[in-house]
Amino acid sequence: MTEELQPNEHCQTVSVDDEPTAGVVGGEDMTAELCARAPIGMLAELTHRCPLQCGYCSNPIELERVNNELTTEEWVSVMRQAGEMGILQVHLSGGEPTARKDLEDIISAASEAGLYSNLITAAVTLKRDRLEDLVKRGLDHVQISFQDVDAENAERIGAYPGATQKKLDVARWVVDMGLPLTVNAPIHRQNIHNVGRYIDLAVELGAQRLEIAHVQYYGWAFLNRAALIPTYEQTVQSIDLVENARERLKGVLTIDMVVPDYYAKRPKPCMGGWGKGFMNITPAGKVLPCHAAESIPSLAFDNVRDRKLLDIWMNSDAFNAFRGTEWMKEPCRSCAFKEIDFGGCRCQAMAMTADPRNTDPACALSPYHGEMVALAKAEAAKPATEFVYRNPRNVTAAMKTAQEPLVPAE
Amino acid sequence: MTGATTSPGRLIVGRETRPKLPPYLKLRHDAGRGRWVLLAPERVLTPDQTAVAVLQLCDGTRTVEEISAKLAEEYSAPVDVITADVLDLLQGLADKGYVKA
Repeated sequence: MTEELQPNEHCQTVSVDDEPTAGVVGGEDMTAELCARAPIGMLAELTHRCPLQCGYCSNPIELERVNNELTTEEWVSVMRQAGEMGILQVHLSGGEPTARKDLEDIISAASEAGLYSNLITAAVTLKRDRLEDLVKRGLDHVQISFQDVDAENAERIGAYPGATQKKLDVARWVVDMGLPLTVNAPIHRQNIHNVGRYIDLAVELGAQRLEIAHVQYYGWAFLNRAALIPTYEQTVQSIDLVENARERLKGVLTIDMVVPDYYAKRPKPCMGGWGKGFMNITPAGKVLPCHAAESIPSLAFDNVRDRKLLDIWMNSDAFNAFRGTEWMKEPCRSCAFKEIDFGGCRCQAMAMTADPRNTDPACALSPYHGEMVALAKAEAAKPATEFVYRNPRNVTAAMKTAQEPLVPAE
Repeated sequence: MTGATTSPGRLIVGRETRPKLPPYLKLRHDAGRGRWVLLAPERVLTPDQTAVAVLQLCDGTRTVEEISAKLAEEYSAPVDVITADVLDLLQGLADKGYVKA
């Protein structure tokens, strides 16, 4: 969900919608007015099963069990409802979405509902004939993650021997079949030296888009932060490299970049505003304003098994909790940027300050900001810790790891 | 400054170019919001009326010159002005990978 650099005067990019949607009727007050804009994007986490075990995963520590996953019929209904309420793009993710044997039916349903479908896959178990079938059913775009450009390191990070060759094969099939390919590069201290080679790889594969996605510290990634966080200098270098490549590769490769906000001065406008343009469905059907929202213990989430998607979007407590600006405390409340960054990320405020209504500590105006930067720099200066690999066996141990909130500045 | 950069593989749109939309770009009417949208990987673009009129003529057989002439006639506008506008629009989209030839 990134902004274009320079919108053309005849063609604007929208990441959050400003147009009210017919049939989605708001009311008198500010919050109701916001609801009248259906989200444009939906992330469907089809399953938490995954053949890879990457420690940078932003899935919650507590992974959903297979027998709690939505059925085929329930996912088909979700796709239909999404199309009806005006959602335009669906991102099929996980875990590994191809672990669902009924992915075919889900993609058919998305296509029939008029949704632009993105398959976000690790690609290690995807066969050519299956991909062909998915394309026939209307799949629009494939995104493949590469844990590193060096096979050995990539396979250590993902804990899956032989992954690289499989990913390269699938990437070439995607291009052969005329589909746009996104190379997803999850960047952290153990592969940040290869940002330039990721760019070369994307060009060589004929990718349409490259995502230089600096790891965001939620879920497993938060737990593994000391194994992942790069230094400030490495971060700045990688950003410069991408900015130069963007100019050089204009019209050839689109490069989107997610920067690590621990070193930022301004927080990211997370999700483009809570409950404003985006919704997330968990494998068990819970509907979240963002994929990390379950880390906020004060929120309760509605399920597509109990309520209609549109009803949840408009009326659920979780979506209304941080919609607009009314919920804000200082320094957000009187801030000139409050409609621009919405106080940053609620989950990061929760994780670092134990109060989701606080300003995201990534913001220089947060009293916790100095502590956060110091913590990042101190962790990055030490040798990387061992990964806690993301797998069901490690869940129990990881759940017990207590993270102390930061202490604010005096 | 940007005019000076040419990367290998970059499409420079000229009067003789026969532009087309790549198959992964979908120009779709968004009924709920009463507008057109261009759907691309991780992008939703909202083309205005002019852009929609141009894109609907980009079929890979018509040249920019032909597209401009047709629009000039339809909108009773000077062809030079239209051509410049069409070139500008298509070059911008080509640089984002949304128009091919």
